[in-house]
Amino acid sequence: MRIFVCIKQVPDTETRIKLKSDSQGIETNGVKWVINPYDEFAIEEAIRFKEQNSDVRVTAVTLGPKARVNNALLTAMAMGADDSILINTDANLDSLTTAKALAEVIKKEGDYSLVYAGKLAIDGNVSAVPLMLAEILDIPHASVVGSTEYSNDAVTAEREVEGGTKEKFKLKLPAMITANKGLNKPRFASLPGIMKAKKKPIVEFSLDDCGINEGQTKVKFTNFELPSERAACKMIEGESDAQVEELVKLLQEEAKVL
Amino acid sequence: MKKALVFLETHENKVKKSSLEGLSVLFGKGFEVVSCAFGQGSDQLDELNQWGVKKHYFNTDEQSQKYNPEQYKMAIQSVIEKENPELIIASSNNLGRDIFPRLAAKNDFAYMSDVTEMELGENVEVKRPLYAGKCTAQVTFTDDSAKIILLRPNQIRLAEANDSSQTENIKLDWPTPSANSETVSIEQGESEKLDLTEAEVIVSGGRGLKEAENFKLLHDLAEPMNATVGASRAVVDLGWVPHSLQVGQTGKTVAPNLYFAVGISGAIQHIAGMSGSKTIVAINKDEKAPIFQRATYGIVGDLFDVVPKLTDKIKSIK
Repeated sequence: MRIFVCIKQVPDTETRIKLKSDSQGIETNGVKWVINPYDEFAIEEAIRFKEQNSDVRVTAVTLGPKARVNNALLTAMAMGADDSILINTDANLDSLTTAKALAEVIKKEGDYSLVYAGKLAIDGNVSAVPLMLAEILDIPHASVVGSTEYSNDAVTAEREVEGGTKEKFKLKLPAMITANKGLNKPRFASLPGIMKAKKKPIVEFSLDDCGINEGQTKVKFTNFELPSERAACKMIEGESDAQVEELVKLLQEEAKVL
Repeated sequence: MKKALVFLETHENKVKKSSLEGLSVLFGKGFEVVSCAFGQGSDQLDELNQWGVKKHYFNTDEQSQKYNPEQYKMAIQSVIEKENPELIIASSNNLGRDIFPRLAAKNDFAYMSDVTEMELGENVEVKRPLYAGKCTAQVTFTDDSAKIILLRPNQIRLAEANDSSQTENIKLDWPTPSANSETVSIEQGESEKLDLTEAEVIVSGGRGLKEAENFKLLHDLAEPMNATVGASRAVVDLGWVPHSLQVGQTGKTVAPNLYFAVGISGAIQHIAGMSGSKTIVAINKDEKAPIFQRATYGIVGDLFDVVPKLTDKIKSIK
């Protein structure tokens, strides 16, 4: 049984975003790159599935410049993925073009049962590639999944949406699952895991191999801006009774929000 | 005339505010507006003519009342095929993000979620946050494909709907369910409160609350303002509250009118998620806490003393 996990490398959440001098992107010098946190839940889910079922092969897939994103694949393999696929490119692709490239490499590999991804990448926050990929592969999906149950030919996935409503779907395999926080607790890569990962295969493709070029991109981010500076915080002094009086007065009369 | 399709969400025979925001973007901009909504009451939306909606597709069959991503996708696809809109608008929430990426892929349309500013003139001018609000960018469309735009709730000012055209209500045939995706159950949440992403007032708590039970103080403060309670990542990771309450880069990005940060020091990930709030009140015992650099009003003090007094005071004016 074959399983794919789609991962993306993103700037660590601690990153202070700085803009390039032409404001057409962010400055990536000095950025610490990590696996998108939601993708870690996807990797963990795939590895747990492998541990609980026999004859499962887990393949991590990513797209990006090799020199940088190779580390993300090594981490996924150190956690327990068997091998990796890398689409090696510097191109800046939109969600749909990325999904088309991923679909091509997955189709080349033949039959599979499950595709996992994080519910969203914390850099672009577009939250679209996995479902676009599911559409191109013509498989059903469940997104923002908090729990799963597997049977022979199906997965039942539950998700919680706004207002605490719980939705449960049963999908026939092959299917796409996008992971929310809480689906599991991702493991850390062990030292032996890290050693083993170095020997696991990474198969490399170019965008050309996928029949994709940067010109197919329909959407670009331009003219980046940092949030405007806020006026200095008005500190409210005094005893707590006076502070509360003053705060409520300011919220009513100055901010006009109460 | 250019044509636009708006996917509407409804509540008790009314269009939800977040969907009215989509109609507002289009109002008076010279588009022929078509809408669709499914489920109970989707045929009873009397207000649509005021918004200049020419045609409204609905379905109230039992199957349309039980959400299924595959069926909703197919239903909207049939509207797209009938109408060929060049612009499609929906809300950027767990429903919109569950359906429209697939429709973009199916039709080879341009797609953007989480849009916070949108102007329709010669071109479609769109802005959105990136890195959970650490910066914003303009969205540039590089070809003339139809566009799917998901609007983040609470960001677009409502237009004054004063059109008086006729809306033609059209029943849509519900698609045949696929055997691949079946809805097992939909369990309505008990919460009467608005979701964090839609709330106008949020009261968030962090590690300064010392233990899970003390979140009661925040619920008490939230009550008279009809606010929604949120939390920092630290206390979600401690298991005090569920992840659905987390505000920040690995939780929800919020932009209420009023945000209370109680006992939250203000890690960069948290600040990113809430910096779109209009007025921010920080209550923290540590005067050096980074939260004070983003706050509008700050109180350095013991939250266990300040918050109950604040609750009483707000109750007295409400």
